[in-house]
Amino acid sequence: MPMRFVDEFREPELISKTVEEIRRLAGTERHYRMMEVCGGHTHAIYRFGLKDILPGNIELIHGPGCPVCVLPMGRIDDGLAIAQSDVIFAAFGDMMRVPGTQGSPLEHKARGMDVRIVYSPADALKLARLNPDKHVMFFAIGFETTAPSTALTMMRARAEKIRNFSVFCNHVTIIPAIRAILDSPDMRLDAFIGPGHVSTVIGCRPYEWIAQNEHKPIVVSGFEPLDMLQSIVMLLRQLKAGQAKVENQYKRVVPWEGNRAALRAMAEVFQLRPYFEWRGLGFISQSALRINDKYSEFDAEQRFEVPGIRVTDPKAAQCGEVLKGVLKPHQCKLFGRECTPEHPVGALMVSTEGSCAAYYNYEHRKAAMVGLSSIA
Amino acid sequence: MLPESAPTRFRDPQIEMAHGAGGKASRKLVEGLFAPLLFGPAPGPLGDAALVDINGTPVAITTDSFVVKPLSFPGGSIGELAVNGTVNDLAVAGAKAEALVVTYVLEAGLPTPVLEAEVRAMAKAARDAGVRIAAGDTKVVEHGKADHLYITTTGIGPVLAGVSLDPRSVRLGDKILLSGPLGDHGITILLARGELDLEADLRSDTRSVLPLVEALVHAAAPGIRWMRDPTRGGAATSLNELARDCGLGMVLFEDQIPVRNTVRGACELLGLDPLHIANEGQFLAVVAPEYADAAWNALRLAPGGNEARVIGEVREQPAGTVLVTTLYGGSRIVDMLVGDPLPRIC
Amino acid sequence: MCLAIPGRIVEIYSDNPDSALVDVVGVRRKIDLGLLPDDKPAPGDWVLVHVGFAMSKISEQDAADQIHTLRMLGEMEGAIEEVKGYGLEDLN
Repeated sequence: MPMRFVDEFREPELISKTVEEIRRLAGTERHYRMMEVCGGHTHAIYRFGLKDILPGNIELIHGPGCPVCVLPMGRIDDGLAIAQSDVIFAAFGDMMRVPGTQGSPLEHKARGMDVRIVYSPADALKLARLNPDKHVMFFAIGFETTAPSTALTMMRARAEKIRNFSVFCNHVTIIPAIRAILDSPDMRLDAFIGPGHVSTVIGCRPYEWIAQNEHKPIVVSGFEPLDMLQSIVMLLRQLKAGQAKVENQYKRVVPWEGNRAALRAMAEVFQLRPYFEWRGLGFISQSALRINDKYSEFDAEQRFEVPGIRVTDPKAAQCGEVLKGVLKPHQCKLFGRECTPEHPVGALMVSTEGSCAAYYNYEHRKAAMVGLSSIA
Repeated sequence: MLPESAPTRFRDPQIEMAHGAGGKASRKLVEGLFAPLLFGPAPGPLGDAALVDINGTPVAITTDSFVVKPLSFPGGSIGELAVNGTVNDLAVAGAKAEALVVTYVLEAGLPTPVLEAEVRAMAKAARDAGVRIAAGDTKVVEHGKADHLYITTTGIGPVLAGVSLDPRSVRLGDKILLSGPLGDHGITILLARGELDLEADLRSDTRSVLPLVEALVHAAAPGIRWMRDPTRGGAATSLNELARDCGLGMVLFEDQIPVRNTVRGACELLGLDPLHIANEGQFLAVVAPEYADAAWNALRLAPGGNEARVIGEVREQPAGTVLVTTLYGGSRIVDMLVGDPLPRIC
Repeated sequence: MCLAIPGRIVEIYSDNPDSALVDVVGVRRKIDLGLLPDDKPAPGDWVLVHVGFAMSKISEQDAADQIHTLRMLGEMEGAIEEVKGYGLEDLN
């Protein structure tokens, strides 16, 4: 039985046909540099082996859209510090192996902390209902895709008068990250493959400045192979015609205007932090969310003492340059040596969708294969 | 040098859960600490079972511990796993389990009906697998010191005629066979734990693979190079170990790998790869190309083998690695995980 | 951030209209429909599911259109090449 809305977009014949069109459009003269912003797209590129079938003059550069990767180590320490005192620490599986200075959440679990993996913030709230004598702290991460669900969960907690629940909020926003990329002096990009699922919430309008002010085409893309390949076709057409506009390839799911109810939920519960530190990118203003005063009863940072110590990465780790696409993962001096998925030194190795981890897990041994040239 | 004085290479300061997950961390522990001290300086490729020679008769012996939460799940319980797991380890070593001995570590406070149910399950599984449980031992530990019940089984049995397995005998062009769909057991357990609130009509695939192995041996014994039952760590781990041991590349064809719809759905939902998920009723076999057709037919015609497939072949590149290829020409490396597979949302 | 999967709404729970059972090729889970109050999904509809919440209704029409567009790829260009081959511009 095929998976609907998935398998149609993985159909091998259609993929070959679309690749043919890409080759025809890309020609051989020009070198194209396209950045996929979102970590989910980075993961899809590797999972589906898209680099193997794209022509060599299309270079895919991995962007900073990995919410786990950009979380500073100090924030993990803060979250774990809160959970020391008989609090249930609930988080997505993505967070479980991310190291703080005293170890990762899983390592803390091995030492006796009550750490639970949840699939949904709603499951964390359920834990609070089932354990009325304990406090449940949900370690929230993610871009605008995930923030509305965290917001709605807090609204539900309020409606049910649940008191033993809080959220440690690390939600970040995508536009400032894209701006940081474009502001970087070493940046040479032709176009963007725009985030698909963030756009179900924020819509396509927030990207208009990229087209109008920076004159770079951006196509909001789905995550299946045909989605990404079709987006590349659309970008090539724009580039060849000298155009720069926002297009929506992921129409079946992304409304141009976004999801108003989701944006309302976010506005109800969150406000922008004046600034927030992004691991590898430094401090970016107006780039992250905190829980507003109306919902402060659910703000773990209000209810608990937070050490708030900044932890800097080792100077040798070149995460910033890789995050901005200036360096390829294997060009970082620590890649594959001191820094591997087993013992990650920097941000991009800690999450499976971080560029370095993805490259390490799926790709780098392919580069050694005879007859398989891969422009990373 | 005395064996107890051998140097070890395991540098982690303490044991973590990852060391038991069957992936890279487990391998580091076994190769870095247990192997140098127990097996001597150059033990060769480490398999699940050991061959010992008893007065000229090659006999395989193996041991395994079973720790599972929850104890009971759709399709089976710890008792069945304990029997089938050891019968299977012997089967993929090319041996027919003759007898098992079993140790129970019981947690004080374990309700007797729970214990009785598991022992009954073991008795039935042993009868179904055609193996005798010959002896056993029991210990009781304080409440809180064991997750209800740990079972260790040790099995012994003669090697089947004509079988000679060695990862170093694997050659370019050999075919990789899989007995049936991947991921049933691991996903069943994940769902049975209840943390993720997912439901599916899915059962563990726990069973003895000995009948299938016997059918394979009967049809293709001279051509079988290597077999393994991909338990914790999944098919990816078993094939990565083989790739490392023989220095060749394991190239898999994604469209040929059997996976049930529900397993696929759970994996897509949770961001998991079926190649990393545990199986308790399947095995992999690498077979010389001239025997591959006979091998595959024999499996498919044997009871319980109808979903067997040729899922890949051995190539020179990428050496020491597992590569999955797609019909449209894309490919990706599949590495061993460090620890257990974790669901993700990103 | 990005892992979201299409699922089919099986039923809306009678005690909570914001709560629904979704099916992903046989795997089922309760999801929250609270982010789609303006265009409430009904049983049989397909939604995009992320961390247990429905983010968007999936348009079967748009999906079909997309596949159609992809199938037509290259045919437009092929048609243009063929017309060029007629040499009509030489007549001017």
